Amino acid sequence: MALELIKGNTAVAEAAMRAGLVSYFGYPITPQTELLEHLSARMPELGRAFVQAESELGAINMVYGAACTGLRTMTSSSSPGVSLMQEGISYISGTELPAVIVDVVRGGPGLGNIAPSQADYTQIVHGGGHGEYHLIVLAPASVQEAVDLTGMAFDLAEKYRMVVCLLLDGFLGQMMEPVVMPDFQPVRTTPPEWAVGSPDSKERVVLTSINIDPPNQEQFNVKMMTRWEEVEKNEVRYKGYYLDDAEYVVIGYGTAGRIALTAVRAAREQGHKIGLLRPISLSPFPTRAVDELADRVKGFLVVEMSNGQMLDDVVSIAARRVPVDFYGRMGGMVPYPDEIANAIIEMIQGEHDVNADGRAKWLAKMRELVGTGE
Amino acid sequence: MQAEIIISGFGGQGTLYAGQLMAYAAMDEGKHVTWIPSYGPEMRGGTANCTVVISDDEIGSPTALHPTAVIAMNLPSLDKYEPLVKPGGYLIVNENMVNRAAVRDDIHVLMVPASTIAMEIGNERAANMVLLGALEGNMHLLAEGALEGALEAHTAARLKKFIPMNIEALHRGAEFQAG
Amino acid sequence: MTEADVKVVYKRPIGLTDLVTHYCPGCTHGVAHRLIAEVLEEMGELNNTIGVAPVGCAVFAYNYLDFDFVEAAHGRAPAMATGIKRTLPHKTVFTYQGDGDLASMGMGEIVAAASRGEQITVIFINNTNYGMTGGQMAPTTLPGQKTSSSPLGRDVETQGYPIRTAELLATLDGAAFVARRTLHDARGIRMAKRAIRTAFEVQKQGLGFSMVELLSICPTNWGLNTTNARQWLAEHMLPYYPVGDFKVSTAVSEMKIGGN
Ligand SMILES: Cc1ncc(C[n+]2csc(CCOP(=O)(O)OP(=O)(O)O)c2C)c(N)n1
Ligand code: SF4
Ligand SMILES: [Mg+2]
Repeated sequence: MALELIKGNTAVAEAAMRAGLVSYFGYPITPQTELLEHLSARMPELGRAFVQAESELGAINMVYGAACTGLRTMTSSSSPGVSLMQEGISYISGTELPAVIVDVVRGGPGLGNIAPSQADYTQIVHGGGHGEYHLIVLAPASVQEAVDLTGMAFDLAEKYRMVVCLLLDGFLGQMMEPVVMPDFQPVRTTPPEWAVGSPDSKERVVLTSINIDPPNQEQFNVKMMTRWEEVEKNEVRYKGYYLDDAEYVVIGYGTAGRIALTAVRAAREQGHKIGLLRPISLSPFPTRAVDELADRVKGFLVVEMSNGQMLDDVVSIAARRVPVDFYGRMGGMVPYPDEIANAIIEMIQGEHDVNADGRAKWLAKMRELVGTGE
Repeated sequence: MQAEIIISGFGGQGTLYAGQLMAYAAMDEGKHVTWIPSYGPEMRGGTANCTVVISDDEIGSPTALHPTAVIAMNLPSLDKYEPLVKPGGYLIVNENMVNRAAVRDDIHVLMVPASTIAMEIGNERAANMVLLGALEGNMHLLAEGALEGALEAHTAARLKKFIPMNIEALHRGAEFQAG
Repeated sequence: MTEADVKVVYKRPIGLTDLVTHYCPGCTHGVAHRLIAEVLEEMGELNNTIGVAPVGCAVFAYNYLDFDFVEAAHGRAPAMATGIKRTLPHKTVFTYQGDGDLASMGMGEIVAAASRGEQITVIFINNTNYGMTGGQMAPTTLPGQKTSSSPLGRDVETQGYPIRTAELLATLDGAAFVARRTLHDARGIRMAKRAIRTAFEVQKQGLGFSMVELLSICPTNWGLNTTNARQWLAEHMLPYYPVGDFKVSTAVSEMKIGGN
C-alpha cells in the first residue's frame, strides 16, 4: 500500500472525493481552509459540484438542498461557522436527510482564535440547534483515522438518514501523517427512491421539516428516537489502551486522547497501572464501556481541550462509583503530555472522594496556573 | 525508539520543509511519524516552527515540551528552545544567525555555520539542509541515506535541479560531530 | 534656519496610536485608517466616535484607531452599529469592513442597514479577496482572477459575477451618500479623504446612511510587490469598479461642510 504524507484537512477532503462526494458547499475559515481549497481545485476537475457559498448559512442550506436529492453532500467549517450552521443542521435532521459536516474546532468563545480546541463538543454532541435530534459524531485522533472515518461518515449518514459530523481540531487539520488513501468509490448520481428527482419514487416526493400538528411532530420524534436507539446499539466506537489491568483510566478523544496516550505510557513506565479509553464515536457515546470500567477501576481522569464538556457525560455515567478527575486546557491551548502525566499522579495520590467536583478542583488549579487576567 | 525534533526559525528559512523531508524519510522507512507546524497569523513574516515525531510505535502526542532535539535557525529560537531540550538531547544552531553560544552543558550542542556553508555550496537557502544533515549525522534517527532518498522521491519535478545541492548540504552538515 | 521657517507638513494624526501595524508592508488598510483618523480629527469628532471592527485583516483596527471600538461577528458590523447608534444617537458610529465581510457574509445586514437609512457610516475596503484567511475568492474577485479557492481563475459560469457594492446600495432609498474611491495613488487618496469627510458629515447632520467603498491592494495574496499591486488595481479594478458618487441625496447635495 502506498503511503502518502498528507495534512489532515487535505486528507479529509480527498477522502470525501473518493467516497463519492457529489457536491461540496463551504465558506473559508481557518483552520479548515485547506479542505475547501483542495476541493475548489479537485471537484471541478472531476466534474462535481463545488460552491463557495456567501456564508456558512448559505453553505448549510445548499447542503440541505443537495441532501434532499439523497446524493452525497458535505460542508466543512470551524467553530464560529458551525455555530451559524446550527439552524440548518436542525432542519436537515428534522427532514431525515443524510449529510456530512466537518468541524475543525478552534479556540473560543466568540471570534476567539484559530488555535486547536475541543470546545465544540457541547454544540455538536448535545445539539446546538433547536428541537430533539441527534447527530452521529466521529472524532478521529490521527490523519489515517480521519480518512477512514470520512468514508464511514457518508455510509452512516445514508444508512440512518441523518447528519454525521466529523469533529476534528486545528491540530489534526494542520498535522501531516502518513496515510493510505482509499480507492475511488463509484459515484451515485441517481437520487434514491425517497429523494426528490428520483426516477424510482412511486409518488411525488415532498421533503419538509414542518409538522404543524403537534401529535404528528411527537410521533415523528418517537420515530427519530427509535432510530437513534438503533444507532446506539450499532455504532459505538472507541479504542482502549492498556485497559485489561488498569486501575485508573484516562478518558480523552481526538488530539487530547492521543496526547494522553503519551502520558499514560510514561505513567506505566513508572509502574502505575493506567489505561486509556479514547472515544471515537462521541455520539453515540461509549456509555457501556465507561459504565463497565466504573465498576472495576479506582478512578477516571477526563482530559479535554475545553472546560470539560465531555466530562459531564462521564460524570453522569460514573454516577459517583469512582472519582472523576479532570484536566483541560482552553482557548486554543494544547496540553503537553507532561501536564497530563502530572494530573495522573495527582489522581493516584489524591483523596479518592467520589463526591469531589473534578472540574472545581481543576479550575482552582487553573486560577493558580494561568490566572484570570483581572 | 521515539524522537521529537523541533525545527524553528524565521518564516522563509525552510524550517517547515526541513521537517517535512525528515517526515518523508521516516515514512519511507516504515516508521511512524507526525509533522505539525505552528500555524496562524504569526506565519506572516514571523517565526515558523514545526515538530516532527519519529517512532517505532503508534505516536501519542505530536508535540513535546522537552524535545530530544532542536534545530534553532535564529536567536529567538535558540532563546526559546535551549532551556527545553531534554537532558542528553541535541541542540543544533545556525551559528551565523545568533550572537551567543549555548549555555547548557547537559546536552549535545552543535554550532554550525550553516549559512556560510550554504553560500559556499551556492545558495544560502540550503542552510536548513546543512543543519538537518548535522542532526542526522549525529543522531542517526534514520537509515543511512534515508534523507537523500527522500529528496529523490518527494521533490517536485520543477525543483529536482536543486537535489544535488541539497544532498551536498546534508553531507557538509553531517561532518559536524558533537564533542 | 529660524524656528519660524520650520513647518510641520506631515505627522501622525492624533487619532492613530503610535504602533507598528500588523498589516503587510504596503497594504492600503493602513492608508484607510489614516484617512479616517484625519477626518475625525478635523471634524473634532475623535472623542465622540465609536468604531465597529470587522472580521478580516482589519480585525485589530482598534489597536490603531484610538477611540472607542467594538468588534463584530463576521459580516454583522452594520447590525451591531445599528444597536449602538439607536442607543446613543449622538455618537458618530461607523463600521470598517472588508469585501468578504460586507459583500458576502454580511450582505443581508448592509442592505438592511442602508435601506433603513441607518444613521451610520460604512468604510468598505474592496481588495478583491479574503485577505485574512489566505486569499480566497471574494464577491469582488474579478472574472478570471486566480485566488486560492478559484485556482483556475474565477469562472463566471459557475462562480458568478463580481458585485459592484456601491452601485447596488445606491439603489436603496435609505442610502444618502454612496461613493467609490481608490487608494492606489496620491490623487485617489486625496479624493478618498474628501469622500470620507462627506460620509461622516452626512451622519453628523442626520441625513441618512453613508458609505465609501475604497479600492485597496492586497500585495501578499495577489503575489505582487506594492508597485505592481497598485498598477494591477489601476489596470484591472478601476475599469470594473469605476470611481464615482453613486448616490447623493438632495439633502446631501445641499449639505455644507464646515471647517477645513
Ligand atoms: C462565521 C465566520 N466565518 C468565517 C470566518 C473566517 N474569516 C475570517 S476573516 C474572513 C474574510 C475576510 O475577508 P475580507 O472581509 O475581504 O477582509 P480582508 O481580510 O480582505 O481585509 C473570513 C472568511 C469567521 N471568522 N467567521
Ligand atoms: S493579507 Fe492583504 S489585506 Fe491583509 S494585511 Fe496583508 S496585504 Fe493587507
Ligand atoms: Mg478583502
